[in-house]
Amino acid sequence: MPNNVYGYIAVMALVTYLIRVLPLTLIRREIKNRTVRSFLYYVPYVTLAVMTFPAMLHATGSVWSGLAAFVLAVFVALRGGGLMQVALCACAAVFVLECFL
Amino acid sequence: MKGTTYGFRQGLKDGIPIALGYFTVSVSLGITMQGVGLSPVQGGLMSLTNMTSAGQFAGMTLIASGSSYLLMAIMQLVINARYLLMSCALSQRLDPSLSLGKRMLLGLTVTDEIFGISIAAPGERLDPKYSLGAFCLACPGWTLGTVCGAVMGNILPQRVVSALSVALFGMLIAVFIPPTKKDPAVRIAVLCAMGLSVLFTYAPLLSGISSGARLMLLTVGISLGAALLVPVKEECSDAE
Repeated sequence: MPNNVYGYIAVMALVTYLIRVLPLTLIRREIKNRTVRSFLYYVPYVTLAVMTFPAMLHATGSVWSGLAAFVLAVFVALRGGGLMQVALCACAAVFVLECFL
Repeated sequence: MKGTTYGFRQGLKDGIPIALGYFTVSVSLGITMQGVGLSPVQGGLMSLTNMTSAGQFAGMTLIASGSSYLLMAIMQLVINARYLLMSCALSQRLDPSLSLGKRMLLGLTVTDEIFGISIAAPGERLDPKYSLGAFCLACPGWTLGTVCGAVMGNILPQRVVSALSVALFGMLIAVFIPPTKKDPAVRIAVLCAMGLSVLFTYAPLLSGISSGARLMLLTVGISLGAALLVPVKEECSDAE
């Protein structure tokens, strides 16, 4: 780590707060540009997908338990499970599988 | 019921389930933080001042890969850009004469979940006290959970830590998978994202790119591609 952890935290906090507060204080109008709106629409899904896969496979003791948790979580999410339900299913899959692996 | 607005007390009440959910997820976040070498104090401070799971998770990745402050700032801007849209939407619901101070306080509360209940609150105008009520429980829940996770990561048996560390990923999956059912463009974007992420993680040469830069590059590249190829439909805004 070449930089200070507190420096990173300060940069993160400042940028994140400015994003949240500027539209409420200075901008006060809707973003009209269609490409910008579309870009912002896709960003959360894309970034979460990149962060999750394949990183989830390496978060656990074994690639297989991570993969099982991923598959089960996607399945439960597709069946309409809520945040907590999906998270707990993923945890349970890892816990149970790692009893055998 | 027309004209009724939710106030601080209602915000506290609606903040309870949010705080409980945040606590659980942030325990997982804390465990991950401890894994990349952040202390419980650093983890707690980050959660207190940021309150964003995706942003903090990306932040940890960048800290672990020793990125520059500039890359960190750009990454946070991109990953948290959705808050811009949320704040824009909220600003349409505010009393135009609302003071700058109250607007700045409301800015603290813009998270996916608190935005969700704020925008769904009845009444033509949003009382910022409602969002602040929810924030007053959600923020401590998020911060304490992170600290607990960072502390417990050392104490709990390895198997329990291993299981808990996927809770955060589970939450992320619950956010980005359901929309893939409704919108084919999101489905393709998500599949591309995961496919390219695998390629960039394991392929020779490409795997030399740090995980922070990879996240940034793929997020901007795929989102921009999707925005240009399949722009979202123009929705008529009936505000004003």
